[in-house]
Amino acid sequence: MTTDTTAASPAVTFEDTQAGRVAVLTGDWVSTRAPDIEKQAAALGNESGSYVAIDLSRIGRLDTVGAWVLDRVRQESGQAQELPFENARDDHRLLLDKVSYRDIEEPAKARTSQIVDFLASVGEGVVDFGREMARGTSFLGEVVAGLARLVIRPWRFRIHAFVNQLEQIAFRSVPIITLISFLVGCIVAQQGIFQMQRFGAALFVVDLTGILVLRELGVLLSAIMIAGRSGSAFTAEIGSMKMREEIDALRVMGLDPVEVLIVPRVLALLIGLPMLTFLASMAALLGGGLVAWIYGGITPDIFMARLKAAIDFSTFMVGLVKAPFMALVIGVIASREGMAVGGSAESLGKQVTSSVVKAIFMVIVMDGMFAVFFAAINF
Amino acid sequence: MQQSPENASAPAQTNGPEKEREAIIRVRDLEVGFGTKTIMKGLDLDIYRGEILGFVGGSGTGKSVLTRTILGLIRKRAGTIEVFGNDLDKISEAQHRLLERRWGVLFQHGALFSALTVKQNVQMPMREYLNMSDRLLDEAAMMKIEMAGLNPDAADKLPSDLSGGMIKRAALARALALDPEIVFLDEPTSGLDPIGAAEFDDLIATLQKTLGLTVFMVTHDMDSLYSVCDRIAALGEGRILAEGPIQTMLASDHPWIRAYFHGKRSRAAAGEAVRSGQDD
Repeated sequence: MTTDTTAASPAVTFEDTQAGRVAVLTGDWVSTRAPDIEKQAAALGNESGSYVAIDLSRIGRLDTVGAWVLDRVRQESGQAQELPFENARDDHRLLLDKVSYRDIEEPAKARTSQIVDFLASVGEGVVDFGREMARGTSFLGEVVAGLARLVIRPWRFRIHAFVNQLEQIAFRSVPIITLISFLVGCIVAQQGIFQMQRFGAALFVVDLTGILVLRELGVLLSAIMIAGRSGSAFTAEIGSMKMREEIDALRVMGLDPVEVLIVPRVLALLIGLPMLTFLASMAALLGGGLVAWIYGGITPDIFMARLKAAIDFSTFMVGLVKAPFMALVIGVIASREGMAVGGSAESLGKQVTSSVVKAIFMVIVMDGMFAVFFAAINF
Repeated sequence: MQQSPENASAPAQTNGPEKEREAIIRVRDLEVGFGTKTIMKGLDLDIYRGEILGFVGGSGTGKSVLTRTILGLIRKRAGTIEVFGNDLDKISEAQHRLLERRWGVLFQHGALFSALTVKQNVQMPMREYLNMSDRLLDEAAMMKIEMAGLNPDAADKLPSDLSGGMIKRAALARALALDPEIVFLDEPTSGLDPIGAAEFDDLIATLQKTLGLTVFMVTHDMDSLYSVCDRIAALGEGRILAEGPIQTMLASDHPWIRAYFHGKRSRAAAGEAVRSGQDD
């Protein structure tokens, strides 16, 4: 907030003339002097009844806000008819006519009690949650139907979009995912060695790293990274297309947005995430092996031999089997949130956040359910 | 409407000799380009106080580029731009901020802040620059909203709930928030129905008279050009092809201007203007 130094301060003086007492305004009545003009106007209002006219002949500048405040004083004096503006310049007269004061009616706010508000918001929350579940399920159905239609009419598959998405999702996230997996593999092996050395069982770090990485860490790290990286991108892309009516444009052209936008993305995720999971597992094993060598003195030959004994094909498959399911969950949540974007930039931000949070949450919940399931079937 | 007494009658003189009028914006020898492409070169343009300048040009000739260059959104390669007598290259950042409070801009698609209601959109510059009481802030915003021809109940709506015409009006209300001396309108009537467009033209003419506004209007609307513009400037080939009142445009023998002002659509608008003139 800056004060306009070029504007002369507004003031009111009272002068007695033949016609009676007249309020004479001087200075600039402009919005940059808003606090002053409100103060002067209040002074003018306090004196109301003691003067018969407002003289504008000596006023400097006048803008809409100044005119509004002046007219407000006049109207609120309750005798607007008998209280004329005198000697106003033509442009000021025009302005005063244009900006005549009227009551701005505030839309009445409904009165409620806090308890009712609280109960209402709880109820709304529950209903929203239910609706969201129903919509999410129906959207999942749409996506699966879209994938199934592809089987019936494979020539409608958008190969370019698919390859492009595969590049964005899988290829471009290879460096970051291998890097973080490598580091996490190192950390797990290092802690494993430190703790197990106390029992003289340092060699078991190979079992620990191998099983943990192949069953859980590889797939979880890739899925969480992809949920953050590609899930947010899906939501933002689809959401901004929704905002600019591009989705509607697709619909009126007789194209199904699910088929055009979502199926290639979900399919690329379905293929890409298992590949990334494999890479992530390998990188983590490499990190684990390196740390085991450096900290535990376990040479690569021993590491490999021990690893072969510790894991079998099913350990490897447990991790890989989960990847497509997680890919589907990430893809469906991200696309669904994108389609839910409204008109404002704020809603885009909200949906992207909720897309990433929901996707990561669901990935971890699913991983837990898979763990229970695999334990039950002794896989 | 921040007029000092000496130029108070300027709006009435719009048809006077050009040399006596005060140029609010003076563009000299402007060159703008992107990469290897030069959009305009050696462009001169004056905008005089109190006039409504209509700005025409074929698609892609750089009307928006010129507007954005004057507003400082695009960097120029060469030339000078003077606004209210200050060379934009030579003034400090603080002075530039002060200058920006003296102009208002209506972007082609409104550019309303989508997370704010119409009223909050209008109040945004007021809150930022003026020290007003809450009551006055509310009242002033409602006044601008009504002045722009919007219904008061639109004030609490979000931009996404507004029709195209309402968005233009809301954006105009925001452009007028700080009582600017000059407003830039980028295709204000595009996308409006003819009745809405005519109302908008009237609105701009009224505001120009009452607030002493200077209006720079990029438009393709022939009716606007005939009915409200005091002067027209045509952009083409990277420079101003011609400028002057509509008669000058009609008399010009530049092929593009001839095609523009003597086309079928233009003749219809001209006929309309003549007919309504006879009715008066």
